[in-house]
Amino acid sequence: MSLSTASAPVSGADRIDMVRARALSIRRSAFTMVHEAQLGHPGGDFSAADILATLYFGVLRYDPNEPRHPDRDRFIMSKGHCTGAFYSVLAQAGFFPEAQLKTYMQPLSKLNGHPNRNYLPGIETNTGPLGHGLPVAVGIAIAGKLTAKDYRTFVLTGDGELQEGSNWEAAMAAGHRKLNRLTVIVDRNRLQQGDRTEATNGLDPLDDKWRAFGFHVEMIDGHDHAALLDVLGADPESRDKPLCVIANTIKGKGVSFMEDNVSWHHGVPTDEQFAQAMKELI
Amino acid sequence: MSAATKTNEGLHDCRDAFSKTLEALAEADDRVVAVVNDSVGSSKLGGFKKRWPERLVNVGIAEQNMVGVGAGLANGGRIPFVSCASCFLTGRALEQVKADVAYSNTNVKLCGQSPGIGYGELGPTHHSIEDLAWLRPLANLITIVPSDPWETEQAIRFAAAYEGPVFIRVSRYPVPALEHRIDRIEPGKAEVMREGTDVAILANGVMLHKALRAAEVLADGGVSARVVNMAWMNPLDIEAIVDAAGTGAVVTVEEASVRGGLGGAVAETLALRRPVPMEMVGFPGFVPTGTVDFLFDHFGLTAAGIAAAARKAISRKG
Repeated sequence: MSLSTASAPVSGADRIDMVRARALSIRRSAFTMVHEAQLGHPGGDFSAADILATLYFGVLRYDPNEPRHPDRDRFIMSKGHCTGAFYSVLAQAGFFPEAQLKTYMQPLSKLNGHPNRNYLPGIETNTGPLGHGLPVAVGIAIAGKLTAKDYRTFVLTGDGELQEGSNWEAAMAAGHRKLNRLTVIVDRNRLQQGDRTEATNGLDPLDDKWRAFGFHVEMIDGHDHAALLDVLGADPESRDKPLCVIANTIKGKGVSFMEDNVSWHHGVPTDEQFAQAMKELI
Repeated sequence: MSAATKTNEGLHDCRDAFSKTLEALAEADDRVVAVVNDSVGSSKLGGFKKRWPERLVNVGIAEQNMVGVGAGLANGGRIPFVSCASCFLTGRALEQVKADVAYSNTNVKLCGQSPGIGYGELGPTHHSIEDLAWLRPLANLITIVPSDPWETEQAIRFAAAYEGPVFIRVSRYPVPALEHRIDRIEPGKAEVMREGTDVAILANGVMLHKALRAAEVLADGGVSARVVNMAWMNPLDIEAIVDAAGTGAVVTVEEASVRGGLGGAVAETLALRRPVPMEMVGFPGFVPTGTVDFLFDHFGLTAAGIAAAARKAISRKG
């Protein structure tokens, strides 16, 4: 069998439209799950939706029927609390039926609050505690070098998550080893659970930090599908360093009353709010 | 950070069996890799590094990353042996051991070097008497505490062949090669090293040979002591523990805290299945400064101390 990027795009413009449509669909799906479960992390689901749509429908090479194919590109959802968006994109990419999304966080569901690789296909490692994704991604990238495989490894971290020191242990190793097929994407929405990142334990200048650790850094609008496709799709052999994409995003992006509002980190909607959001997400 | 323990004639440092076995496995299977935290020397992996420099992944002094990298290497189809002083491997990186290895159920082999009080004079920061209690509740994580070079080799070979997470204690304290009655270790099977009817001594790791000596001391006094090798902490041999209770008195012996390790596991089992008088030999908490042998003597982790605990347990029989 062969691995391919899902829905192999035709032309540039169509590709961008397709990713945009997927991102919208992920937001609607994630918010529906959160509304039904009355649990979840919708603010971060929305800030990450465009990144996830771009990866799964424009960049990653995978086969949902052979989820552990040795040559697949790896994606690790280090911000494991944003399962509304993550499960939605996995289902849309064909790893499991979309009908299963209705069981989100229900008793005995495989759709746990945080992802479990032993429950569902398409999940590389169990995340939830923050700062775990990047070290695992570094190990995957080292294995790729050892075995001369050409797969790529992507990891999506939150920005508040970068306060965890384990990320910087891993970043140091990635830079030292020049893991050019590794890409870290930072969902830079500037909000963490309780407050703004910069009011809590500031991260800026974040680009300088990654550069100092040996990364090539790109700062883009994390809701700009063309820019995301461009940067994430670029040939990793064109550089001799790992890549860090700082995706400037808006927490709660797409719903007026949620945008940049810290209370939507793990806020859940009333029926009225849900209806309003669905009107806006079109 | 070496608290060198001299290896007397006839005694062995299990790290030698570890590194020799790992090199043999690496030669036969190129998926075998080692992951260390600047612990090449203390893990005795200098030979491995020389032969396969690219397969020796040294992440530097960064244990959280070390364990995560191990999980990543397993994801990429390698068989990683993550080797590091047990205190840091299980203490510093406990959440990575829990989430990335045990809960994710990844094919990572954790090798806790110089566990227990192997670092003697360096003190409780470098001791790893808590590791068994920390790891025992972690589902999926096979946990083995080998007693001598043969059992260490067997454990390493088992780990390489087994698909899933394993933790192995690799001791530096010099131990004799014991006479085993089995040809190969079997997962979750305790090994009766000596038959006995008055009391059962359940021991593992570097305490096993002391337990055997204690049985001889007890025999001189007319007491018949069974000695059981409890190398497997997970899976635990429940039936061997229940059988041991048939003697009417049980003693556990471990180079670990008496809270939560082998003693805890045996106490839980006896309380549920067959309560009998029980004594625990181990460390009560953080220990003072001293050589390894001084600390063993001081806390009664000696043949005489174990024999005394056995007599005490027997005296409490109804």
